[in-house]
Amino acid sequence: MKRRDFLKASVGGAAAVLTGGRVEARPNLEPAPNAVGMLYDAALCVGCKACVSKCKAVNGMAPVIEGDWYSWDSARDLSKDTLNVIKVYRDGEAQVKDRVVNGFAFEKRSCMHCVDPGCISVCPVTALRKDPQTGIVSYHADACIGCRTCMTGCPYNVPQFDYNNPFGEIHKCQMCNQPGVERIDKGQITGCAEACPTGATLFGTRTALLEEARRRMSLKPGESYSYPRGDVRHPDSRYAREAPAYQQHIWGEKEAGGTNVLHISAIPFDKLGMPPLGERSHASISETVQHTIYSYMALPAVVLGGLTYVVRRNMNDDEGDES
Amino acid sequence: MSQHQPLNRRVITPPFLVLGVLFLIAVYYLGVRFVNGMGFVTNLNGGYAWGLWVVYDIVIGTALACGGYALAVVVYVANKGKYHPLLRPALLASLLGYALGGIGAFIDMGRWWQFYNILLPWHMNFNAVMLEVGLCVAAYILVLFIEFSPVVLERFGARNLRQKLNKVLFFFIALGVLLPTMHQSSLGSMLIAMGHKVHPLWQTLYLQPLLAVLTAFTMGFAVVVFEASLSSVGFGRPAETPLLSGLGKAIVGLIAVYLVFRLGEVVVQGKLGLLFAGDLGSLLFLLETALFIYPLVVLLSPAARCNSRLLLWSAVSMLFAGSLYRLNAFLITYNPGPGYSYFPSVPEIMVTVGLVALEVMVFLYVVKRFPVLHREERR
Ligand code: SF4
Ligand code: SF4
Repeated sequence: MKRRDFLKASVGGAAAVLTGGRVEARPNLEPAPNAVGMLYDAALCVGCKACVSKCKAVNGMAPVIEGDWYSWDSARDLSKDTLNVIKVYRDGEAQVKDRVVNGFAFEKRSCMHCVDPGCISVCPVTALRKDPQTGIVSYHADACIGCRTCMTGCPYNVPQFDYNNPFGEIHKCQMCNQPGVERIDKGQITGCAEACPTGATLFGTRTALLEEARRRMSLKPGESYSYPRGDVRHPDSRYAREAPAYQQHIWGEKEAGGTNVLHISAIPFDKLGMPPLGERSHASISETVQHTIYSYMALPAVVLGGLTYVVRRNMNDDEGDES
Repeated sequence: MSQHQPLNRRVITPPFLVLGVLFLIAVYYLGVRFVNGMGFVTNLNGGYAWGLWVVYDIVIGTALACGGYALAVVVYVANKGKYHPLLRPALLASLLGYALGGIGAFIDMGRWWQFYNILLPWHMNFNAVMLEVGLCVAAYILVLFIEFSPVVLERFGARNLRQKLNKVLFFFIALGVLLPTMHQSSLGSMLIAMGHKVHPLWQTLYLQPLLAVLTAFTMGFAVVVFEASLSSVGFGRPAETPLLSGLGKAIVGLIAVYLVFRLGEVVVQGKLGLLFAGDLGSLLFLLETALFIYPLVVLLSPAARCNSRLLLWSAVSMLFAGSLYRLNAFLITYNPGPGYSYFPSVPEIMVTVGLVALEVMVFLYVVKRFPVLHREERR
């Protein structure tokens, strides 16, 4: 091939791949077959933070005290000591629960155990892994290099690095199934779901939780409903309560490929600080672009071959130039 | 006789000592970072996992170090031998800039003692853009060193070794063109997975790699023009303006292509409204674009391309444009959500300043003791 032709071809090819033109796009991943998760119903939550306290007991973490009024724990956000936190929405006088104007509401923040997790996609050393059966996203410090890309790649800012420790690691909820805890493997449920007195945090399979969430969506406001506590498939107990006016939105059914931890609420999710997410996961877009460019390393190899040829020719041309 | 020669001037000068002090300050804070933890010197937090060290030392620093890359493309691939005199200083600056990026990556690495995991195949995640960046940057630092090694061998008169190296050098030069193309585009791709946290004016998804490579190129050329004009002023050497003006032409083309894609994306994706929102994002976008347009307009005129003052201004404008583009995307307009904010701490800034000071010190030492600069034409 003439150098000109080669250059033209490689520039054209590079432009096509750099703009992600070829190779089929990778779709969102699908939920694991026996995915377990949780359903958090913000309308049921009374903000008691029993779940926060229980989570710390299970994980051996210290309470976080911020400000001078607190009960049990006053962590405001996730940190290396807090894998699960209850946040408050407040507007104006904050008089009525689950009202946008002059109202207040609660929201739980913890790992959503995404179906197509950003954290896993971006970790260079596979320190975050998804269990193929349960879909639980776990962290492995022995692999982690501490680059914190997972923090940037998680839409919910869940992974937290322990900055104040020279040998810090990432901390995130592993659904009480990390080595040494293994509650799920032992047939127990997550600590937070077990501790929740109102059933606002419910444990179960993703399928069963989605069904429950859909049932709640179809309730008329004020209608009496028997709310389960603990595990949605075989609740510890139930109690009757009037249904709130639910938003017709199950967070995590579709968001960025879906999550195994689902949220429902009586006020819009953007008020609760949930991020603006579409249905396509950014992990899938990122991987599509990356694999398009590299097409499994074939393209760079071809380009290198061509470049080597061209450079060699041109260096010979320059021979007289060199000393 | 080589066409390059050392400057043979005193190394220890007052400016050199000032740089040395800056570097020692950085060493102190780095000590604190490694003994107590990153939290004691940086303002990083749960929402802003990356701060000045990643964004300046790696994302911007390596783009500023693309001079060697940009020139290698021109000299060897496009076969424009006349740019040869610029190549060695550009290679040196690239080597130092990338070394700074490597050091930056290491000090920012929370679990640095396990860094080798990225080299172990059973740990590698081939879906991760970060893997590609890490491996490519590491490989490129080695390649830059090999590309630069003729200078070292020449200095010590190792003729035999040099001839052997010359036989295989073409392979490393080709690698030196491929590797930056790969990881500079990946630095852009890294923004894709950050999704909504990246401001819509900078979240161009599929275009990220292309825009990153184009800006790396413009910054590479700008750095060459900048360094050459500056060293002719600073060391009182004759200007290389005729050579630089040729680069000016290439720059015009590059910026034009960049702007077509950059602005085209905004229009096609219906983000024009954001441009005139009057908020920080829109202002920064306009500033950034203006900084790209200035050199485009100036260098369009052949007369301006031969004017070393205008060339220098254009280069400066482009350096700011490219740096601001990356700074905006990764840090200033980056928004992880409510409750988080970030501004680098003084120690964080001093570490970066100290590392740049080290880079400049090494540069000064090497050009004064090694045959890097081209022999002056007249005299
Ligand atoms: S919420 Fe964040 S940390 Fe949890 S699985 Fe999803 S991306 Fe990973
Ligand atoms: S900090 Fe650790 S877990 Fe997170 S992306 Fe980096 S290596 Fe992976």
